[in-house]
Amino acid sequence: MAKRIEVIGLSCFYGQHQAVADVSMMIEPKTVTALIGPSGCGKSTFLRSLNRLHEVVPGARIEGRVLLDDHNIYGTDVDPVMLRRSVGMVFQRPNPFPTMSIFDNVAAGLRLAGQKSKDLTDVVERALVGAHLWDEVKDRLKKPAIALSGGQQQRLCIARAIAVEPEVLLMDEPCSALDPISTLAIEDLMAELKDRYTIVIVTHNMQQASRVSEMTGFFTLAAAGQPGTLVEFDATSKVFSTPTHKRTEDYITGRVG
Amino acid sequence: MTTAPYQRGVAAPDPHPWRMRGRRAFVDRLATVAVYLAFVIALVPLVAVVWYTVGRGMARFGSNFLTHSMAGVGPLDRNGGAYHAILGTVEQVLLASAISVPLGLLASIYLNEYGGHKMTTIVRLLVDVMTGIPSIVAGLFVFAFWVLALHKGFSGFAGAMALAVLMLPVVVRTSEEMLRLVPDAFREAAYALGIPKWRTILSIVLPTASTGITTGVMLAVARVTGETAPLLLTVFGSQYINGNPFRGAQSGLPLLIFQQASSAYPAAIDRAWAAAFTLILIVVALYVGARLLTRRDALNRR
Repeated sequence: MAKRIEVIGLSCFYGQHQAVADVSMMIEPKTVTALIGPSGCGKSTFLRSLNRLHEVVPGARIEGRVLLDDHNIYGTDVDPVMLRRSVGMVFQRPNPFPTMSIFDNVAAGLRLAGQKSKDLTDVVERALVGAHLWDEVKDRLKKPAIALSGGQQQRLCIARAIAVEPEVLLMDEPCSALDPISTLAIEDLMAELKDRYTIVIVTHNMQQASRVSEMTGFFTLAAAGQPGTLVEFDATSKVFSTPTHKRTEDYITGRVG
Repeated sequence: MTTAPYQRGVAAPDPHPWRMRGRRAFVDRLATVAVYLAFVIALVPLVAVVWYTVGRGMARFGSNFLTHSMAGVGPLDRNGGAYHAILGTVEQVLLASAISVPLGLLASIYLNEYGGHKMTTIVRLLVDVMTGIPSIVAGLFVFAFWVLALHKGFSGFAGAMALAVLMLPVVVRTSEEMLRLVPDAFREAAYALGIPKWRTILSIVLPTASTGITTGVMLAVARVTGETAPLLLTVFGSQYINGNPFRGAQSGLPLLIFQQASSAYPAAIDRAWAAAFTLILIVVALYVGARLLTRRDALNRR
């Protein structure tokens, strides 16, 4: 199920602009890895390169390798569509499909990714239970998804992502648009999900990183326009108590952006 | 608090210190009046056209008018109707839509979802040039190419092709705008689920944009339903019922209006107004129908 991700010398580009330079890290299965760092340091770009969503942007490309259980996802034999079924993603802003009901949103991945339409009732229920949303929506599955609150929408997006049973779950600031209660609900959820998935989360909230993750990576950039680099990657407890690098310490103590 | 005595040079305390006053209040009122006035002026021609058409059209409009053709009706006769013309218009516009809507939609999908920079620039330029084609030129083109060169003769289908030429750029540009309004977040959410691109467009992007696309298509339909010039050269016009749009001259409401309104006799003029009223009714009915169709889904789920 959960897979190991090994990143070797990864650089990400948008046309001529280099957003991420030479990042290497090992992400162990069934752990939560948090990526922190100032805005524009390439965390999100790095995250999007792990399910090849980076290349959807015109002119975007990468150098280096990303191995998912020793298999290079940028190999010529890899179909990005198939890869993304194994590497799910939750975005910063909740983005349920506006024309679909709650049920259809959760079923969308299975239904539209080509699987023959068997009865999806059980799958949808399991995914919604897994995302801690079932009790709130079980009586109105046919209602439009956009009628839900922001926190519910984000949990719906998590349900939608886990309904296709990926091996890795990428989360790009999943709580930054939510209130503290919804944030807590999603953090609890993450603690549960890591039993089955490898989770990588980008966050601006350092308390969140220290609460939910085992490993933390600190990204930063030397100056505006410069590519982001991985400064430190270590156990979360170590990064937040005795960081090796001065820049990490400055950042987590709030001394510098 | 004690009330201070009014002193020379000190303004009396204003009971409404935040009231807008002086020059700003004047300009504000002026602008408000101007906006309302502009609204009323814009409404005048619309209301006048509808009012006058309904008023004059009712003289002849009715079930008899809707169910009879002009076969054997002379200019002085009070009877005769628009059945053949309604049939022709509906067939021609449906055929024109059947040609231009799929083509236009596919072109807009290409422009917004697939095209490279160079190709989209060229296609957009061509579509913009097409927007500027005068309707008579579209008619002449089909007349020269289809009716004369290919010896196909006049037909409803020939008219539909001319109308399709006029509809196509409108459909392409409005659909493209509507597709562009669909946030990339939905596309990326679909990609992240492992949904292929074509499926994302078909099941996520198009449904999200459907209301706007329908409005664009309806605008295009409304625009061509009243076209007369291209039909003169392609459909030609007829007094008889011809239900086959692929063979022989047909009539159409704009053609009927044109022919009847050119007459000097009051009975014919009445028929022209009744036909004009019918034309307005058809466009309104199409518009309302299309809006209901696209909104039904959203309402059902709410």
